[in-house]
Amino acid sequence: MTPRETWQRIAANKIALASIIFLALLILAAAFVPMLLPFGYEQQLPDSRLLPPGGKHILGTDDLGRDILTRVLVGARISLMVAVSVECVVVFLGLTVGLIAGYRGGWIDSLLMRITDVLLAFPDVLLAILLLGTLGATSSRPETSAMLVVVSLGVTGWPPLARLVRGQVVALRQREFVDAARSIGSSHGRILLHHILPNLVSPIIVAVTVDAAGVILAEATLSYLGIGVQRPMPSWGRMINDALDYYKSEPRLVIVPATMLSLTVIALNFLGDGLRDALDPRKTRR
Amino acid sequence: MLRYVLTRLGLAVPTLLAISFLVFFAAYLSPADPVDIILGQRAAPEAKARVRHEWGLDRPPLERYGKYVVAVVTKGDFGRSYQTKEPVTEFIARGFPNTAILAVSALGLALLTGIPLGVVAAIKHNSWIDRFAMAFALLGVATPSFVLAPVLTLVLAVRMGWLPVGGFSLQEGIVDPATFILPTVVLAARSSALIARLTRSAMLDVLSQDFIRTARAKGVRPLGVLFRHALRNALSPILTVAGTTFGYLLSGSFVVETFFTIPGIGNQSITAITARDYPVIQGLALLLAGIFVGVNLIVDILQGFVDPRARVSDQKAI
Repeated sequence: MTPRETWQRIAANKIALASIIFLALLILAAAFVPMLLPFGYEQQLPDSRLLPPGGKHILGTDDLGRDILTRVLVGARISLMVAVSVECVVVFLGLTVGLIAGYRGGWIDSLLMRITDVLLAFPDVLLAILLLGTLGATSSRPETSAMLVVVSLGVTGWPPLARLVRGQVVALRQREFVDAARSIGSSHGRILLHHILPNLVSPIIVAVTVDAAGVILAEATLSYLGIGVQRPMPSWGRMINDALDYYKSEPRLVIVPATMLSLTVIALNFLGDGLRDALDPRKTRR
Repeated sequence: MLRYVLTRLGLAVPTLLAISFLVFFAAYLSPADPVDIILGQRAAPEAKARVRHEWGLDRPPLERYGKYVVAVVTKGDFGRSYQTKEPVTEFIARGFPNTAILAVSALGLALLTGIPLGVVAAIKHNSWIDRFAMAFALLGVATPSFVLAPVLTLVLAVRMGWLPVGGFSLQEGIVDPATFILPTVVLAARSSALIARLTRSAMLDVLSQDFIRTARAKGVRPLGVLFRHALRNALSPILTVAGTTFGYLLSGSFVVETFFTIPGIGNQSITAITARDYPVIQGLALLLAGIFVGVNLIVDILQGFVDPRARVSDQKAI
């Protein structure tokens, strides 16, 4: 399938297309709009606390007089950058482990899959919470804390991808074109790089898209719990936590970042579904 | 079957060892000095040196880890809290019942709502009920508990006044049952959505198979087909997801407990993490890992009862 055909298939799926447009707008807005707005994300305006939406502050201000639109868009930057960085770590580790385990087989396979199972036995963000706690994100500078979040989510997030890659490699290894490559004397490296890896691209893209939604939720959870990205960086989770003292009278302080978070997660899920349908020739949609 | 259970139990040991090793050395690599946490940073150097020796913190890390494992295995001794100086086991034993009752009731609620919703959605495939159920499932997965908690509290407790605002604590004698409702609902929402989604697709899979058509053709009553034939076969994947869901419930309890100020192990973990109380963090990590391994084991065993094929293939695999 050519990239053009793939794109046509995605474009024909209205929900997937809407998700792409939403995510593209979010990325553009996160990248450029904060520069155009006259407020800094940590700039406190004592005279304009808890202003309602409208006027200079399109989404109003929070309890410290900070512009909510600026903060929520800088929060989008953090969420997206954390998601991309974590997925890079996840793909690197998951691909390496999955390729080696699936291609070599034998005791290396058993050992690597045993390690994978151990980590899988600890699902969701729990291990990341414990890891972050011991690595000491709470006492770090905001930039360091963001990096520690990436490390802990990346280091704990690769097992499902490793499982996926291993399964694919085991199946691909027995296919005729791999036999053919081997019979003409291709090296292992060449077989992996030129024959097996290209076949893994589609499933990895789908898995990474859906997983990114989970990572964004996980980062928000960690930051909400106060052990993720530290103040004054406006992570969505942190913004919701900061708003808890005021949400009974100003629900908007929770609702704005929460809506951004949910929309992003939903868009990534739909995009993942759309990509799966577009990239998988045996369409299994219900 | 017994051999299968024993092998699985044997596999639990390296899992727990690996988790404890990981957490122990993450703590060792972190820049904080435990003595500063025990005594406070301004303590006299002599006092610090004495405490360092008393707590065995002057020993090499591998030796400390070895001693820790031996103490845990032989005496059930998980060390003492840096903050309160009480044994870690006593500390955790105070919080655990609160988390356990919360997680178990949330699991119950999630199963009782998720399975029927998924079954109905599958029977009424592509109807408005199906769409509603799937929209609910998507919303449940995309709405984190730390959003659901303030929103439900605001609507049901603050505005309507139907439910109390705070959480509960089993230590406080008589507990008002109403205080359980909001935390349980918030914790169960995501799992309920996941279970509904999975039940629906498992049921759709089964319902499209030949033996269902055969059963219908033979004149088995529709409800008989549904429960005896379809749901029984869909139960195996549902059981698996119920097991993994329990993991979500325990990590979800971190958020729910902090929001509703319920003194469970989630709340204790966050306190321990902010205070860098490493022995408590290690103890909690091991407890949680143990629960996961245990729950997965129970799921696997139940799997053998629900689906005889699982029993056979697993024995071959081992």
